[in-house]
Amino acid sequence: MISNFNNSYTNSSTNNGVDWLTILLYALLVIFGWLNLYAANFNPETKVFFSVDAEYFKQLMWVVITTVLAGVVMMADSKMFVEFANILYVFSLLVLASTLVIGKEVNGAKAWLAFGSVQFQPVELAKISTALLVSRVMSRYGFKFTLRNYIKLFTILLIPIVLVLLQNDTGSALIFMVLILSMYREGLTSHILCLGAVALVGAIASLLIENWIVMATCLFIAVLVVSFYLYYIAQKKKVTFTVLVTVIPPAIAALTFYLLQKPVRLDLLVAIGAASLSVYLLYLAISKRIQYLTFVIMYLWMGLIISFATSYIFNNVLIEHQRTRINVLFGLEEDLLGAGYNVNQSLIAIGSGNLTGKGFLEGTQTKLNFVPKQSTDFIFCTVGEEWGFLGCTFLIALYIAFFLRIMHLAEKQHSVFSRVYGYCIVCIFFFHFAVNICMTIGLMPVIGIPLPFFSYGGSSFLGFSLMLFLFLRLDKDRQVLIR
Amino acid sequence: MEIRRHIIAAIMILVGLCMLGRLAYVQLFETSYQLSADSNSRRKVIQYPSRGLIYDRNGKLLVSNQPVYDIMIIPREVHEFDSLDFCNTVGIDMPTLRRLFKELRLNIRRRRASIYKPSVFIRQLSGERYAMLQEKLYKMEGFYAQRRTLRKYEYPAAAHVLGYVGEVNENIIKKDPYYISGDYIGISGIESSFEEQLRGKKGINYQMVDVLGRQKGSFRDGAYDTLAISGKDLTLSLDIDLQLYGEKLMAGKTGSIVAIRPETGEILCMVSAPSYDPSLLIGRDRSVNFPVLTTDPLKPLFNRAIQAWYPPGSTFKTINALIGLQEGVVTPDTKYPCSFGYTTGRFHMGCHGHMSPLNLRQSIQNSCNAYYAYEFRTILDNKKYNSVNDALESWKNYLVNFGLGYRLGVDIANENRGFVPNAAYYDKSLGKGWTSLGVVSLSIGQGELLLTPLQMANVAATIANKGWFYTPHAVHRIQDSEIDSLYTSKRYTGIDTAYFSVIQDGMEMAVWGTDGGTARGAQIPGIRICGKTGTAQNPHGRDHSIFMSFAPKEKPEIAISVYVENAGFGATWAAPIASLMVEKYLNGEIASNRKWMEDRILQTILNDQ
Repeated sequence: MISNFNNSYTNSSTNNGVDWLTILLYALLVIFGWLNLYAANFNPETKVFFSVDAEYFKQLMWVVITTVLAGVVMMADSKMFVEFANILYVFSLLVLASTLVIGKEVNGAKAWLAFGSVQFQPVELAKISTALLVSRVMSRYGFKFTLRNYIKLFTILLIPIVLVLLQNDTGSALIFMVLILSMYREGLTSHILCLGAVALVGAIASLLIENWIVMATCLFIAVLVVSFYLYYIAQKKKVTFTVLVTVIPPAIAALTFYLLQKPVRLDLLVAIGAASLSVYLLYLAISKRIQYLTFVIMYLWMGLIISFATSYIFNNVLIEHQRTRINVLFGLEEDLLGAGYNVNQSLIAIGSGNLTGKGFLEGTQTKLNFVPKQSTDFIFCTVGEEWGFLGCTFLIALYIAFFLRIMHLAEKQHSVFSRVYGYCIVCIFFFHFAVNICMTIGLMPVIGIPLPFFSYGGSSFLGFSLMLFLFLRLDKDRQVLIR
Repeated sequence: MEIRRHIIAAIMILVGLCMLGRLAYVQLFETSYQLSADSNSRRKVIQYPSRGLIYDRNGKLLVSNQPVYDIMIIPREVHEFDSLDFCNTVGIDMPTLRRLFKELRLNIRRRRASIYKPSVFIRQLSGERYAMLQEKLYKMEGFYAQRRTLRKYEYPAAAHVLGYVGEVNENIIKKDPYYISGDYIGISGIESSFEEQLRGKKGINYQMVDVLGRQKGSFRDGAYDTLAISGKDLTLSLDIDLQLYGEKLMAGKTGSIVAIRPETGEILCMVSAPSYDPSLLIGRDRSVNFPVLTTDPLKPLFNRAIQAWYPPGSTFKTINALIGLQEGVVTPDTKYPCSFGYTTGRFHMGCHGHMSPLNLRQSIQNSCNAYYAYEFRTILDNKKYNSVNDALESWKNYLVNFGLGYRLGVDIANENRGFVPNAAYYDKSLGKGWTSLGVVSLSIGQGELLLTPLQMANVAATIANKGWFYTPHAVHRIQDSEIDSLYTSKRYTGIDTAYFSVIQDGMEMAVWGTDGGTARGAQIPGIRICGKTGTAQNPHGRDHSIFMSFAPKEKPEIAISVYVENAGFGATWAAPIASLMVEKYLNGEIASNRKWMEDRILQTILNDQ
């Protein structure tokens, strides 16, 4: 063990500790991204390369700037990141808040700060600082998931989320939520993930079918699970009682509605049944000390509330165009000239790529502006059109390899801080990757967030890159305990 | 916690696989996206050829093209603009502009228009307005102009012959793949029957276009492009001055004038009254004027010259006389008596007072009804035939040879065929066993017999030619190509030339006869005009006034038929109108001592309801 340790130590000192494989994957993404950005802007009529205004040219400048800054980061003291996490967090929140006052509105979101001709999205900074702070909190000696820490962590996430939502930038707000995944790695109860899954399924289901049916299904599953459990621990009488407790109160309520000649609200009946079941289960859980049942209650109500909230939010909170986007996604509405235009055009571009694609610079759809925002949110179309299914597969594989590599590095870290931070950034990258591509290929509603290292945009490119190089800097000191 | 690392990795890989599954579907299995991509970006830009011009027989330009501009809008691109200036330049007021935007918004909501794609905002702006707007368009983002061409009519005449041009409808597009939405097509008249020659051939440029339809280079450097070929110019046989004069004479009357050059079958003029100014049906004016014209009780859009069916009345006696001569049942010297009509048993057919008995020439001169009752019955009761049915069939075949009962095949769209009854028809309507007396009204051109004015004019031309005619046609020359051989081959009636001389004599006597004649009002000093009047009873009110004529007798240059609906005697209206037309055509002007006649016609309104 000790010789091994020494061995790796010497090894890492000889190659300066930098993980060249990650940098190679990163470089591949950047190069491939830039080629596609060039293709997306390529104009078959005016074949001029050196045009300072062209997006690919600007992006090239940002690559240079980023390389310099990445060098600076790599030379910095890794302890500094921990030390400054607090201050950086506060600073980034202030900048974020200032956007609300002096920000510039782009595409409906007031999320940009302009310095002369250079525009900058403060949320990029907030992502890094939040990741750092989360890592710092979770790497404190003796950190446990106590209620106090839960509150602390969620507050750290909540403040930027609120600020970003105020800027009307829903897409970016969701990104902070993904840091929960990195907490999961550190021991956050898996119920959070499961509840998340229930919430997702419940939400989609209640968009597609009437929400009382979803609620009733939740209740039915809960009764089924409880019954099996009680049957399993040989309390057969309680099974019958469970069913009765669930069915009788709604029946009485329905009768009352009927006698009062009021319209019967089915969702209310389900809620009554669920309430009476919950009371009974709570009694069982406390008196018989069956903790399992409290989880059933939790999941049941999660399902009910999500289902109700989804249809309520869908009908009362969302604005018409958001509703249309969601309807279009689920195929409930066809709107090729309006909300469905982007995605339809994007699918046309990708679909026309077939297996091998039309070839570099040969794409017609993306080049001729059929796909709106083709160099930012919809850059993946260019890959699909010009490089085909093979190119897409390559890119997706490249991204996943990149993520797995970072995770692999994170696991090797001695210090918890570095590990948590590694997971934080991999989660952020992954979320961007998943949401962006899924939206482009019509698997998710249109949420305008960029594809890391691919989409045009200086501040996001710089943000993502610094986020990565910060980790690589930490990784260089992987044998050192950083706290 | 080691397992959680793998769970997270598994989630990532799972998401990646979902993406690949979806991509495989979109890129490998679903072909519709590929097709959409082609239609998206490889735009067939159609090069519209200019429609052929139309000239009259003397080379006067009748129909040309004028450019107009559709103002297009791409709603997404529109920013604030000076709407007042826009209105003034385009020539609309603010409420109209507001209404246009409201309609556009409605169309976008109903998905008939897209905010991303151009749609027509203002249709058919004139060249002058566009010139003013053009300088300001750069300030009006989201607007641009698209050139189209409309017809332009140099004379407010010959609307029925020329026809009109309009946008194709769904049915036409379904029937003929040449047309696409927004194309123009000839809808009636020459524009319709010569559509293929006039329209030319569209050229196709395959261009790469961006989402705004802006050109982004040609596809494969134009390897698949074709050039537009302009439409052929047409020269009509119509004499526009004669046409204008005819329309002037027919103003305030309902009816028709058709004049043919017997030697060639060329139509010199074709008037259908009431008429309209063809310019009324150009472009966006049409939507306003068309309903007005269609709802007019006098049906100005109806081309009476080739579509109306009239009983030929006494003019038809010429044909019956010819058939009788050819069948050998009468000779020019055959005489029949007339005492104010034809009486047999309880049947009586009236006639007016004239000399009696009279021979064939005199029967035409005086338009004797009794003569033709005898003559027609001898045709039908000819022992040569087994039955009256066979005799009638034989009679009918003569008529068919004259071009009656079927479409003549004139090169103007929507010709009607008229009606010639056959034996089977009478078997049905009169019952088997009908006799020559039962159908005797055919002898004087009444009864079931119906002719179009064109057919009538053609009969005049045939008589002028002494037995043959060319199918009447209005198009005299097509640029770079021959007219249809139908119009250059003679059609014979099968009646001896000699018999026609007799008829010509009768018709000359009708006009010039010193001992009477029904058409003396048609006399033109110095021109040997021949004619035959007709006064057709009809179920629609007063008799139609009819005249059939040709001149000059020695070398006929014009054959003409005139119909004036519900105007009374043929001699009163139709004969002087024909006479004036012939004089105008042959002499170029009306002699001053005949101005009173012209004035009488011009000042009379007969169709005032």
